[in-house]
Amino acid sequence: MSRSLPQTFTDRDGIGYQALLLAGFALAASVLLVVGNLVTKGPIAERKAEDLLASLEQVIPAELHDNDLLANPMMIPRSSLNSGSGSSRSPSRHGENPIIVYRALRGLDVTAVAFETLGQGYAGPIRVLLGIGVDGRILGARVLAHSETPGLGDKIEIARDAWITDFNGRDLTDPPPEQWAVKKDGGVFDQFSGATITPRAVVAAIKGGLEIFAAQRDALIASVVITTETSQ
Amino acid sequence: MTKDLNETARERTPWGRIARDGLWDNNVVLAQMLALCPLLAVTGTATNGLGLGLASLVVMVASGLLVSSLRGLITPQVRIPVFVLIIATLVTLVDLAMNAWLHDLHKVLGLFIPLIVTNCAILGRAESFASRNRIAPAVFDGLMMGVGFTLVLVTLGAMRELIGSGTLFANASLLLGEAMGFLEVTLISDYRGFLLMILPPGGFLALGFLLAGQRLLKRLPNIKRRAQSASLASPG
Repeated sequence: MSRSLPQTFTDRDGIGYQALLLAGFALAASVLLVVGNLVTKGPIAERKAEDLLASLEQVIPAELHDNDLLANPMMIPRSSLNSGSGSSRSPSRHGENPIIVYRALRGLDVTAVAFETLGQGYAGPIRVLLGIGVDGRILGARVLAHSETPGLGDKIEIARDAWITDFNGRDLTDPPPEQWAVKKDGGVFDQFSGATITPRAVVAAIKGGLEIFAAQRDALIASVVITTETSQ
Repeated sequence: MTKDLNETARERTPWGRIARDGLWDNNVVLAQMLALCPLLAVTGTATNGLGLGLASLVVMVASGLLVSSLRGLITPQVRIPVFVLIIATLVTLVDLAMNAWLHDLHKVLGLFIPLIVTNCAILGRAESFASRNRIAPAVFDGLMMGVGFTLVLVTLGAMRELIGSGTLFANASLLLGEAMGFLEVTLISDYRGFLLMILPPGGFLALGFLLAGQRLLKRLPNIKRRAQSASLASPG
């Protein structure tokens, strides 16, 4: 770019002009971004809520609840979860983020809960949404997000394979804890040919979720009147 | 390639020349070899390619418009930061808009939209064309470069999708609305898939074939001429 620039550039060489120009553009860009953010903030939040609700409805049957699933979620700080075997994930990695538990209510009684649990997959974390009935049985599980190999590990998505429905109706005693694993590890769940790490991670995530539920059961299924009082 | 750029920049360029440059002669991917990172990353399906192509197209046209209309203000000394700022702002706005109104597609492409900022082709056009031309040609150049880029993305996506999973334009209704669902074709039913083509190596392979094909097409007239003269020269 050493050759002289065309006439279309005006030659105002003063440092003041350059600074003002840059500042002016930065200001204009900031204003545009603020406006853009304000305009899109509402719709983006709505889309995200719709996504979440659609997933929740897949893991909690409609007949189990008469409330808005997104209303009044319950927060469980992860620091309270270090009881028992738990999952092998280091608690520090997920930091301060509490687990958000969505509760299905009929009247004021909790009939089911749903929350997100994480597994460490082949190519990153796998986020699994798990619906559990008050009896501790799995109502449904869905993978929300993952970055597994397309064509191999993505059979954990309900859109591609019914594999994840194998968890429906199971609890911590069915199969017994030592068989909560893929078949290769002596468990009962199928792995996919060419991909063992992915289903192993999902199984671990779901088992971890069940353990969280078992540890927190009393708090989770206490009827809503009491929990709203104690949640402070 | 550099000669080409200077040529287009020097004079007021006729419309046909701009179109030809954008679509073929000086195509972002096929000739300039720019923007390969987003190209290879998203073209697992034709629909994804189309989505990223259209988003890039919008940014290219808007950056052409802005850079060209502000070229009287911008001094050579600070032009690069100003161009980058303009492009980054545009990309962020496109990202927000897609997240709000094309949410399903954004879930697929979300990771790659911010990458448009690093698409050197856009900065390249701002620097070498939009900042030296009147508004109308600059916008037209952005449009043609964008269309050229989109065409390559869709072609590459279609090649990989067809060989990799036997479908074409899967999930097109997410991008274009239910009305365009008819685009979704399963060409080979019961196809087991050819995973390699969907994975990144497949992107490189398909791009290689695409480039070879383009070179061949460009040379075809020459080859024909040579063949003709050879057949004339050889004694019958």
